Amino acid sequence: MANVWVYAELNAGKLQSTALELMAKARELGDVYAIALGTGAKAAAATLGKHGAKVVHVNEDKAFDEYVAEPSADALAALHGQHQPDLILFAFTPDSRDVAGRLAARLGKGLISNASDVVAKDGGFVARVPYFGGAKLASMRANGKPAIVLVRPKSFEASESGGTADVKELAVTIGEGSKRARIVERVAEASEKVKLEDAKVVISGGRGMGGPDNFPLLEALANALGGAVGASRAVVDAGWVPYSMQVGQTGKSVRPGVYIAVGISGAMQHTVGMKASKVIIAINKDAEAPIMKMADLGVVGDALKIVPALTAAVKAKKG
Amino acid sequence: MTVSRRSDNGSLVKIVVTVKQVPDPNSTILLEPDNTLARDREVVLDPGDECGIEEGLQLKEAHGGEVVLVSMGPERAKDAIRKGLSMGADRGVLISDEQLAGADVLLTARALAAAIKPEKPDLVICATESYDGSTGMVPPMLAELLGLPQMTIAKKVEVDGSTVKVHRQTADGYQVVEASTPALITVTAGIAEPRYASLKGIMAARSKEIKQLGLSELGIERGEPGETIDGLADAEARKAGAIIEDDGTAVDRIIQVLAQAKVV
Ligand SMILES: Cc1cc2nc3c(=O)[nH]c(=O)nc-3n(C[C@H](O)[C@H](O)[C@H](O)COP(=O)(O)OP(=O)(O)OC[C@H]3O[C@@H](n4cnc5c(N)ncnc54)[C@H](O)[C@@H]3O)c2cc1C
Repeated sequence: MANVWVYAELNAGKLQSTALELMAKARELGDVYAIALGTGAKAAAATLGKHGAKVVHVNEDKAFDEYVAEPSADALAALHGQHQPDLILFAFTPDSRDVAGRLAARLGKGLISNASDVVAKDGGFVARVPYFGGAKLASMRANGKPAIVLVRPKSFEASESGGTADVKELAVTIGEGSKRARIVERVAEASEKVKLEDAKVVISGGRGMGGPDNFPLLEALANALGGAVGASRAVVDAGWVPYSMQVGQTGKSVRPGVYIAVGISGAMQHTVGMKASKVIIAINKDAEAPIMKMADLGVVGDALKIVPALTAAVKAKKG
Repeated sequence: MTVSRRSDNGSLVKIVVTVKQVPDPNSTILLEPDNTLARDREVVLDPGDECGIEEGLQLKEAHGGEVVLVSMGPERAKDAIRKGLSMGADRGVLISDEQLAGADVLLTARALAAAIKPEKPDLVICATESYDGSTGMVPPMLAELLGLPQMTIAKKVEVDGSTVKVHRQTADGYQVVEASTPALITVTAGIAEPRYASLKGIMAARSKEIKQLGLSELGIERGEPGETIDGLADAEARKAGAIIEDDGTAVDRIIQVLAQAKVV
């Protein structure tokens, strides 16, 4: 059995859903050892056990919450000195990326980033990585041990497999030298109501919305449908909406039941983050826009007229 | 007497910005039959790096210092450096070596670290990820190899004496993160609108220094690559569905689809 580590990311004491997604894959690949660091690690261990972790290494030092990457890289490096894993899985999220990069450089190992799947092959591991904005899928072989792979969120579906993990205290002292980049404040900008990543319906707006003043039209539709609002990078970069709403290669991956792309051209860097949605509806002025070629229903027309009419129709239908 | 590296007002002395030449995002992807990028494709300075250079130049304008561009790539990557110099950066360093062709992330980070270390920068600025590779892994590896703290995905940077504070984008908002210099930051495309090079800037860039370094000068040997591409396949494409003109019935059609998906 391969020895597979999952870096179970915690954020402000909360186990991230990506950790459970990784667990679903990891337990197919071998015996799973999860590592949970910071406030909430012990509580997270119980959940990780239900998702198939054999052992969870925990440490609740506050330094893991307060300082970027270095304390976690120290802890993983220390643990690596004692056990030699075959594979370490990280989520391709901002925090885990920071840790994975530092750890790999410290161990002098390569890594495979931005993967959408991992398979065991010929005694090693091969990851599938979307390339050229998702047009191609590369098979990347990890040559070293451990193989270090970062997997895009929403690549696997989390599910409980039952079980209880053996919880072990990870002995590590975080030196002052690793307490450098300090998180002094956390500011929430995302909608409190429905999380974009978990929404059953996502309505995303792009440059075709004309300006930030028109985004409330999308919010009204999202409210009527019980969904969340996303955005293309073009409008995030323009400052119309916060980055927490960005869908795509450098933003979030979503796979809702219905994705409505409004005034979004459908650049590959956008579609790589939403093409796993069950149903895609596009509203665009341009019948030739790339998004039309992948939508289940493409409506050619003016978003600013169609969206309010659609909201009214949804409300009427729901009564 | 010890010489302080800081100027009297505690401002920055040296900013290194990493830059990369990439296939032009505005041209369509052309692949050779062996799935490598068509070589004669147009190449440009990575648009993400333009934002990094802009941020570096703005920090220099506010706090003083020198902006040094460091790149790795073939000889022609000098064009990308030259573009940054024409925006206003002071000088460039190009790591170029045949042995670096197809370098993996770790080798890239090692080479960049070896070239940056002797510069003793106060601040290293990278883009969050490159346009073509998009692994986003070079910056944290570089931070580790240079022994610097890292503050990634910054959409805002403030320097006050020897303290650097960034607004770091996260999944649900942002964090305010701070560290003392020297430090490494990665910036988003939204951080600063890159300036156009002026004619004067373009002229001035011609005489700015671009130092070229090979692997042996950096004391690096190419090891076994950490990862290799086994194959490349077309990603599964979704099939197009119906495309309809909005002739007044579009809303009804959308409602039908929403009803089938059981969301209304
Ligand atoms: C390295 C890299 C990473 C990237 N990562 C991402 C990412 O994570 N996410 C992302 O989204 N992009 C990403 N991009 C950018 C991507 O390539 C596109 O530039 C971006 O998605 C375009 O946004 P858009 O569709 O809103 O704008 P545009 O491409 O300008 O499209 C606007 C659309 O609106 C339509 N329109 C205009 N007016 C109306 C109207 N009144 N009614 C209806 N339709 C209208 C137009 O026909 C057009 O199709 C990335 C790019 C790079 C280089």
